Amino acid sequence: MDCAVSIHNLHKTYDNGFSALKGVSLDVNQGDFFALLGPNGAGKSTIIGILCSLVRKTSGNVKIFGLDIDTHFAEARKNIGVVPQEFNFSQFEKVFDIIKTQAGYYGLPSSVAKSRAEFYMKKLDLWDKRNTPARMLSGGMKRRLMIARGLIHEPRLLILDEPTAGVDIELRRSMWEFLQEINKAGTTIILTTHYLEEAENLCRHIAIINKGLIIENTDMKSLIKQLDQETFVMDTREALTTTPAIPGFVIHKTDTHVLEVEIKRGTDLNHLFNALSAQDIHIVSMRNKANRLEELFVKLLNQDDSHKSGAAA
Amino acid sequence: MNAYETWIAFQTILIREIRRFTRIWVQTLLPPVITMALYFVIFGTLIGSRIGEMGGFSYMQFVVPGLIMMSVLTNAYANVVSSFYGNKFQRSIEEQLIAPIPNWVILAGYIAGGVARGLCIGLIVTLLSLFFTHLHIQHWGVMVSVVLLTSILFSLAGLINAVYAKSFDDISIIPTFVLTPLTYLGGVFYSINLLPPFWQAVSQINPILYMVNAFRYGVLGISDVNIHFAFGMIIFFIIVAGAFAMHLLNKGRGLRS
Repeated sequence: MDCAVSIHNLHKTYDNGFSALKGVSLDVNQGDFFALLGPNGAGKSTIIGILCSLVRKTSGNVKIFGLDIDTHFAEARKNIGVVPQEFNFSQFEKVFDIIKTQAGYYGLPSSVAKSRAEFYMKKLDLWDKRNTPARMLSGGMKRRLMIARGLIHEPRLLILDEPTAGVDIELRRSMWEFLQEINKAGTTIILTTHYLEEAENLCRHIAIINKGLIIENTDMKSLIKQLDQETFVMDTREALTTTPAIPGFVIHKTDTHVLEVEIKRGTDLNHLFNALSAQDIHIVSMRNKANRLEELFVKLLNQDDSHKSGAAA
Repeated sequence: MNAYETWIAFQTILIREIRRFTRIWVQTLLPPVITMALYFVIFGTLIGSRIGEMGGFSYMQFVVPGLIMMSVLTNAYANVVSSFYGNKFQRSIEEQLIAPIPNWVILAGYIAGGVARGLCIGLIVTLLSLFFTHLHIQHWGVMVSVVLLTSILFSLAGLINAVYAKSFDDISIIPTFVLTPLTYLGGVFYSINLLPPFWQAVSQINPILYMVNAFRYGVLGISDVNIHFAFGMIIFFIIVAGAFAMHLLNKGRGLRS
């Protein structure tokens, strides 16, 4: 079976000489929920731009469901839906018109376009706003409008470029549920996000790009396993006067009632709690200092940066 | 895309364009009506009555075809340049660029939108002129085909301007500094036979002269230029502008990085 996306040795150098992609190769399987992560300027949006033909590649090959984007551009584009990072719809048009018009660009007859627009607008809680000019929508509604527009031709591949940026947590979670639902129904999804919790919750595979090169490409479980230690923040019932010392754990007192404990993966936490209890310190709550994936992400980027600067020296 | 899907895509762009200029009718349809009513009153009734005949017709009758043509070409141009650039500015042009629409369909859709507005304005201004004078159309076929071809040509010019434009200032430079002078010097208000031979020759390089005179031939049956040559020039300019516009879209200039 063909991959949903198959990228081979992709290069992109912009007119100003900036080399955004320096030989990216990547496969995304059909039905996958794939995270493409990287810091700002790493090349994520350039890859997405090339996939949806808004950016012209300098060299390399890209196939969408086995269709080369150079030789079968129309068929390849039919399979892609895009939800871009920035709002790119006419602010003066009505919500319904924007979505229905997009269907027309894909050659869908008016009756099909109308029924699909109604379906996706109801699904994304936009139906009440169908006659509202797009500029009158809230930020969250504008994001949902772009998702409905991206799905109107029912693409086999949906590309989401930071779809939940600036969206409140309640709405973000409802969008996650919706995306999981369409992924289960068979739509392949590529997601870029700066919310790493989002990537960890939704995605099965992940690629990390830094300075135009893929530095990690694996499944989420294998990646999380690479994390050798985690930092927990613990709130204590009693005020602390000194920092407790427990062999095998690195502990910092960051406030009178707060400890930060670095714990190696696989360590028996009961041993830590018993040792703290023995010192009359009782933990009332605990949480990860940072998302697990976030810790790994920062670590991998730092390793890559130091490797590159070492090679340059 | 098969032929049916391509037809739907074309229709979609055209309907969107018509919906745009009718939604903002106060900015698009009303101003030319007011401007032309003033032209008819001032140049036709007030000043025209003192000028007397021109080309065997009253000055009002002489000037009406030129003013209709002036409205058609400026509005066809304005429609495409503002719509296409507006879509670029808001990035909503990406909706069309990521879809499987061939570039020639995008071009045809915008041009059809410009033609629709040009014809709409042409009809309104013609009806308005009937309050001021009588028109006995001499050659319906010539009149309609000149309006159509002129709308196509200036829609193409508007699209080329919009592709190069980087700010809203850029979409008003050509109409102000090129289109308006050429229109005023293109025989709208006078017969070039009134000019000295040198300026008559200079006027021959103004493309708008051919459109105005061909249209006047269709309406009144008189023209300062050979009608076949005028059609030839208009079609030549359409081919050149159309090929250039297609080249720009295929290259993705100002649209794809």
